[in-house]
Amino acid sequence: MNFVIPDFYPAAAELFVVAMSFVVLMTGTFLQNSRSLSYYLTQFTLLGAAVVTVYTMDGQVTLTFTNMYVDDLMGDFLKLMVYLSVAVVLLYSRSYIGDRRIESTEYYMLVIYATLGMMVMIAANHFLTLYLGLELLSLSLYALVATQRDSARATEAAMKYFVLGALASGLLLYGMSMLYGATGSLELSRIAQAIYHQGGDKTVLMFGLVFVVAGLAFKLGVVPFHMWIPDVYQGAPTSVTLLIASAPKLAAFGMAMRLLVNGLFELADQWQSMLMFLAVLSIALGNIAAIAQPNLKRMLGYSGISHMGFMLLGLVSGVVEGDRHFALNAYSSAMFYVFSYVLMTLAAFGVLLVLSRAGFDAETLEDLKGLNKRSSWFAGMMAIVMFSMAGIPFFIGFYAKFSVLLAVVASGYKWLAVFAVMMSLIGAFYYLRVVKVMFFDEPQDSSPIATPATMRVALSLNALAIAALGLLPGWVMWICDQSMLQSF
Amino acid sequence: MDFQAVVFYFLATVVVLASLRVITAKNPVHAALFLVLAFFSAGGIWMLLHAEFLAIALVMVYVGAVMVLFLFVVMMLDINLERIRQGFWSYLPIGALIGILMLAEMVVVLGSRYFGLEHVPQPAEFPAGYSNTKELGRLLYTDYVYPFELASIVLLVAMIAAVALTLRKRKSVKALDPAKQIAVKRDDRVRIVSMDAEKK
Amino acid sequence: MESYIEPVAQFFGAAWPLVWSLLKIVGIIAPLFLCVAYLTLAERKVIGYMQVRIGPNRVGPYGLLQPIADGVKLLLKEIIIPSGANKSLFIIGPVLALGPALAAWAVVPFSEGWVIGNVDAGLLFLLAITSIEVYGVIIAAWASNSKYAFLGGMRAAAQMVSYEIAMGFALVCVLMISSSLNLTDIVNNQNKGQFADMGLSVLSWNWIPLFPMFIVYLISGIAETNRAPFDVVEGESEIVAGHMVEYSGMAFALFFLGEYANMILVSALTSILFLGGWLSPVGFLPDGFIWLALKTSFILFLFLWFRATFPRFRYDHIMRLGWKVFIPLTLFWVVVVAVWVMSPLSIWK
Repeated sequence: MNFVIPDFYPAAAELFVVAMSFVVLMTGTFLQNSRSLSYYLTQFTLLGAAVVTVYTMDGQVTLTFTNMYVDDLMGDFLKLMVYLSVAVVLLYSRSYIGDRRIESTEYYMLVIYATLGMMVMIAANHFLTLYLGLELLSLSLYALVATQRDSARATEAAMKYFVLGALASGLLLYGMSMLYGATGSLELSRIAQAIYHQGGDKTVLMFGLVFVVAGLAFKLGVVPFHMWIPDVYQGAPTSVTLLIASAPKLAAFGMAMRLLVNGLFELADQWQSMLMFLAVLSIALGNIAAIAQPNLKRMLGYSGISHMGFMLLGLVSGVVEGDRHFALNAYSSAMFYVFSYVLMTLAAFGVLLVLSRAGFDAETLEDLKGLNKRSSWFAGMMAIVMFSMAGIPFFIGFYAKFSVLLAVVASGYKWLAVFAVMMSLIGAFYYLRVVKVMFFDEPQDSSPIATPATMRVALSLNALAIAALGLLPGWVMWICDQSMLQSF
Repeated sequence: MDFQAVVFYFLATVVVLASLRVITAKNPVHAALFLVLAFFSAGGIWMLLHAEFLAIALVMVYVGAVMVLFLFVVMMLDINLERIRQGFWSYLPIGALIGILMLAEMVVVLGSRYFGLEHVPQPAEFPAGYSNTKELGRLLYTDYVYPFELASIVLLVAMIAAVALTLRKRKSVKALDPAKQIAVKRDDRVRIVSMDAEKK
Repeated sequence: MESYIEPVAQFFGAAWPLVWSLLKIVGIIAPLFLCVAYLTLAERKVIGYMQVRIGPNRVGPYGLLQPIADGVKLLLKEIIIPSGANKSLFIIGPVLALGPALAAWAVVPFSEGWVIGNVDAGLLFLLAITSIEVYGVIIAAWASNSKYAFLGGMRAAAQMVSYEIAMGFALVCVLMISSSLNLTDIVNNQNKGQFADMGLSVLSWNWIPLFPMFIVYLISGIAETNRAPFDVVEGESEIVAGHMVEYSGMAFALFFLGEYANMILVSALTSILFLGGWLSPVGFLPDGFIWLALKTSFILFLFLWFRATFPRFRYDHIMRLGWKVFIPLTLFWVVVVAVWVMSPLSIWK
């Protein structure tokens, strides 16, 4: 009965977001036509959460809520990136959802709760909180995909996402229960200790690990658990696709780090080989399948699969034959990769949102034809994004790939690095095809591009950041290194 | 075999048979009702394990609320079973293969001595007057308050999502608003005019 | 009494606990059925007097044998199973309608120590069992393969599930101030406090501090048992008899028994939870079962009184009352009571 009131200070950002969500809910319920108020309140929530996170960041690893919540530098940086990307997503999609009449307080509520879910996942030190954060995120996303109720495609996508997502959650839970059975704890740090002390036979642990990795792979969207990605990306409204494609990847990375590195590091040899298998398949399938896609949303979906595969390469090369020297570099390169991927996805879907207008969704290659003639500025921005995604020097995407490959080579998997480079070359084909279509084809649609100034500025900043960080990747690298330093 | 064991085997048999019928019953309403039976018997098994709160909560939440709504929906749907069953035989080989593989894996892992239950300490005997419900309540609101509150937010999201996906304001509907009807005062409907008496 | 039981117990040997339990069950069920039978008579008489009629007076003195005659009639009638009906479910329906109504009595204490199962989670058990009651109605409705029956079943499912929530929250208030889920403890806790010490325990029963919840529970109880004015489930004037329309003979009688047993159950529970159960209202009279019987009869009288007084609610009004009035009210009151219990003003220390 000796219960001490937990320390709320480290979780101040989450508490702030929850409190603000109630404010948004209440204003949305009781004020008429409060959509733009909801929008600004949501943006304020994200900004406030960022301020709180920065303010409470002390560079220590703090556990609270009976060790279920962990506050460390990696969590803080991932969260900051989540706020940034969600805020950008909302900014980009405002006019899109306004045109399609799906803008509502509920939409913003779901986005806030998805953000909260990501924060919880990133800060989880316990299977329960990890799972609840994941469900909070997924449930909000399922509903968001279905917001366009009259679109059969969106409903179908939501259904697929929901059914497969439920299956993945089931796998994850099953794995967690196995791990619980084998270690007697749900707390990640205790599990790590239990595995360390246990030694000997690891059959049950392995059994649980397989299921946990499968569930994780689904959330990351890597082969062979990628089936939902193309359909959901294509079916969902572009604004929601943008959300699904960006911030949740950060959360999934955080979850992978918590589960595999904080919890199951002793089993690194085993999960590394599993992840390697997934990574190789994803890079191959993602890049090859993307070539055949005329639909840009679908193509970006496949490209996302290959990018996540690439990110996994970073996680794969952490431990070599029990030697942990490479771990720091490898994991920070993976984190850098996620950061840069999120930046690029935001801009890529941002351009699609710019080109869409009421009654028209820009989503095929055709729609990009001759973009240079319609707006050379946006065509330039899109070109930057595509170059960066293809991994052409000196954009951020190049450094991301480069650092991951360095880690892979350092850990001795030279063939893997060669394979990844080959596949990236194949991938470059479809990215460059987009550039070719924009600059060398005749436009089929000459209607002017009308976008709010805020969005133009944000999109330009986003694309320029991709270019600029490509030239000065140092401080992002530094952030990733600092975050990872704490885990070891 | 003592009384508890008999009850356990009885309940367990019912759970297994009912669960089998859930997936084999041709009529979806029957399947749902068998699921109810399975939940109910599972509640009984939990009761045997002295988890009376969980057992009752299972019956209350799943049997009393979730499955009622589920039945509600299933009864209203006109499910064409013939069409759903098409392709059953073509999917059977691969489905059976996966099933057998998973079963084999589970048997290898769980059926062996590797599960290592011996290093998990036996739970302590309950002292007299031990209340499962009280203990659960204490834990939920102290040690597990964070996941507990998160779970409540997950439910809130489900509620918001349900509202967002189903609430439509249609202008053409002539539904009455009970709140407005109740708020009506006599003066809104009837006006009493005093008139002078008239001569014939 | 022990000396009488002892030889019988020895006769049955190891099977004695089972036999003893069965005896206790019969000891509750048999009088309950008798009560149900005479409740139907009481209903007809009370409503008759309220409408300035005499009510049944042909069979036996003052019509006292009327329920017996009704029972015999129902027993002798043929049970017709419609050809399109789902046979097994058609039969299970009425059984499920009656079963929970009887099972709930297992935890109801009639007086200090007079209870079959004095379980700690008695209140939860009651909630769980009463939440199963709806199955009888919807299974019967669906199995009948008739539109009227099905409409009745849909209404019943929605209505019972909705009012269960308000009822549950009202119970939460009760268990918060009693800090127990055991019904015997809940009753005994009402015998404490300033007024009870002064010999006026009627003023320390739960109905005064929880007055709004008392009302909510009473009304929800009526809605939960599908009684007038919330009887749209049967709605004779629109869907004939709802889920019971295809039933005849004893199958129909089972629904009837279930409905009246439920009425008695809800009344008894209201008495136990809010009106001090078997406690006597004033100090100079002894506690005892008679008080519970009186209180239950009073609540039952209210049921009948309401039926004779109010016109039937329209369906959307029922749902509005449940969801938009009772649930917010009870939710709010749960918070109020929680604050009250924890504050220095608490009267339940």
